[in-house]
Amino acid sequence: MSTTEERISVASNWRLVWWRFRRHRLAVLSALVLAVLYAVVLVPDFASTHDPEATDARLAFMPIQRLHLFDGWRLAPWVPAVTGKRNPTTLRMEWRIDEGRKIPVRFFVAGQPYRLLGIVPARVHLLGAAAAEDRERVHLFGTDRLGRDQWSRLVYGTRTSMTIGLTAVTLSVILGVVLGGISGYIGGLADVVIQRLIDLLQALPTIPVWLALTAALPRDWSPQQVFLAITVILSLVGWTTLGREVRGRFLALREEDFVLAAELAGVSRRRIIVRHMVPTFLSHIIATSTLAIPAMIISETSLSFLGLGIRPPAISWGVLLQEAQNIQTVALAPWLLIPGAVVILSVLAFNLVGDGLRDAADPYSQ
Amino acid sequence: MTRFVLKRLLLLPVLLFVFSVAVFAIVQAPPGDFLTTYVATLASSGSSISAEQIAALRQEFGLDQPVWIQYLKWMQNLLSGNLGLSLEYQRPNAELIGERLVLTVVLALFAFAITWIVAIPAGIYSAMHPRSVFDYVLTLLNYVGVATPNFLLALVLMWVAFAYFGLSATGLFSPDLVDAPWSAARVVDLLKHVWLPAVVLGVAGTARLTRVMRANLLDELNKPYVTTARAKGLSEWRLVLRYPARLALNPLVSTIGWYLPLLFSGSLIVATVMNLPNIGPLLLRALINQDMYLAGSILLIYCFLTIVGTLISDILLAWLDPRIRIEEG
Repeated sequence: MSTTEERISVASNWRLVWWRFRRHRLAVLSALVLAVLYAVVLVPDFASTHDPEATDARLAFMPIQRLHLFDGWRLAPWVPAVTGKRNPTTLRMEWRIDEGRKIPVRFFVAGQPYRLLGIVPARVHLLGAAAAEDRERVHLFGTDRLGRDQWSRLVYGTRTSMTIGLTAVTLSVILGVVLGGISGYIGGLADVVIQRLIDLLQALPTIPVWLALTAALPRDWSPQQVFLAITVILSLVGWTTLGREVRGRFLALREEDFVLAAELAGVSRRRIIVRHMVPTFLSHIIATSTLAIPAMIISETSLSFLGLGIRPPAISWGVLLQEAQNIQTVALAPWLLIPGAVVILSVLAFNLVGDGLRDAADPYSQ
Repeated sequence: MTRFVLKRLLLLPVLLFVFSVAVFAIVQAPPGDFLTTYVATLASSGSSISAEQIAALRQEFGLDQPVWIQYLKWMQNLLSGNLGLSLEYQRPNAELIGERLVLTVVLALFAFAITWIVAIPAGIYSAMHPRSVFDYVLTLLNYVGVATPNFLLALVLMWVAFAYFGLSATGLFSPDLVDAPWSAARVVDLLKHVWLPAVVLGVAGTARLTRVMRANLLDELNKPYVTTARAKGLSEWRLVLRYPARLALNPLVSTIGWYLPLLFSGSLIVATVMNLPNIGPLLLRALINQDMYLAGSILLIYCFLTIVGTLISDILLAWLDPRIRIEEG
């Protein structure tokens, strides 16, 4: 037996999954993208350049200032300056990028104080104007109608939207595994009731029902309460597919010899499920739930865009895209659509990682 | 076959009953009722209404009665074909919904047709030329198509149309025909406008169906009968279209069951963004203003459309595949 074959035959299941996953270049790249996005989720204050709520009407609709890493051949990041002039007839500020004047920008600059992860006091930001007095003049992704910094708002929106996708799917997985498990392992009346419930939920027109449910949320709820409620609403339908799958697996596994052996050895029912049955399809569940996250993200974004999901002052990708609702405004400030590009990027990344995981989790794939 | 269809049809009222209870519970759920919202709107516009008038209105609409009586009254009206009165518009709901419902179905069916017309040839070509440039481009488009939310695509298209071509891509009719009665000119006008929202609505589904078609056909093309046919000298196109393509289509029929309902409810978001005279924006407004009978009726119509969509696919599938008929009949 060659050394590689030996390595494969003694490797644990998870190691095999990892080796197969590593072969999908796009999936690995997407996993990196997701890692960066979730890093931003963890420390949004570090990644942002401004206070996402700070408004300044004089700075409305400032354009994108492209970040240049090199000044000539020297590594010295800068952004072009922007000069504004008020149009005497429309009274609107008209901004012009002034490529000739450079505003120096530095990584890891000191700025507004904040608490890292909510605990450690810190002042360091990922990026910012080198001189403190230039700070108001650097807006990497432009500003919106109220002069709020789009980059910083996007960072905070990423936190909400990526977390909602993850929590809603976690909740669906818990519901799906528990109810699907009961349905498949215990069977009988419980099985019939749960299967009919799944039938009913799957026959519902999802988007209208979601809208009706979110519209029913009291107006005076805090952003945290609304966040939780939306998560619950999204997973209400989301668990059914997984529930069906888990039930099928349990039905098949119930007849397996190793389950019978465990039963004869007097292992408790709970231990059989948790230690013997679930691990055999855990990798499959992880792959399926990764593929379910993008649907959750798209749903949240759509609901918030219609004004019935996450509500301002809370920030999510959908809330940011609400600013782009008016086509005249978009024509004036196309950078308001940037959050949309981030939505597509993250959904794409989740889909690719999910596909890679699904192939890797299948022990018979080549 | 008849028994199978009958069984499914008998289940329809049961499902609708369960849904009607759920729907009523949801539209009833928000604190306050239509009148509290109405009074708040009046107050914000500076006018007011006396307490007696509110009480009188509340009695007139039956909002002062217990919830279950309100439900029974609503049901009674529904069963006699009366969708009730919109509290906000003070017009019969049936009148408000009528034409909009037709347009909802027309839009969904157009999106459906576009999906199949594009997805099947694209899937077949992709499967016949795997790993070709076209196949890779199509795969890329598919991934992006699935990843783009409907409303975002609508926004981008409207922005491009407005900023670069000076066109407005909203609505389903030209301005002069919006309120006109139905005529040949109006139908032609509708056909001119409906395809853009239909494309927006169908993109994600097209991407998904192309993948399914490609995978199904690739599985078929590896089977021995295809090799035999090729060995006999059949031309490549005839060979593929004759049997493998037909077999690969079968599993696609089962996707109608979730795809049609998805189009019905997905049209809600597209309609809101593109300002289409659909039942979607009407529902949104009714929900926000707590116009509960209107919202309830529209939600129930969505439920009905969803069930019918699933039913159509079940019947088609049973008609195509005898195994399902025998198993469930």
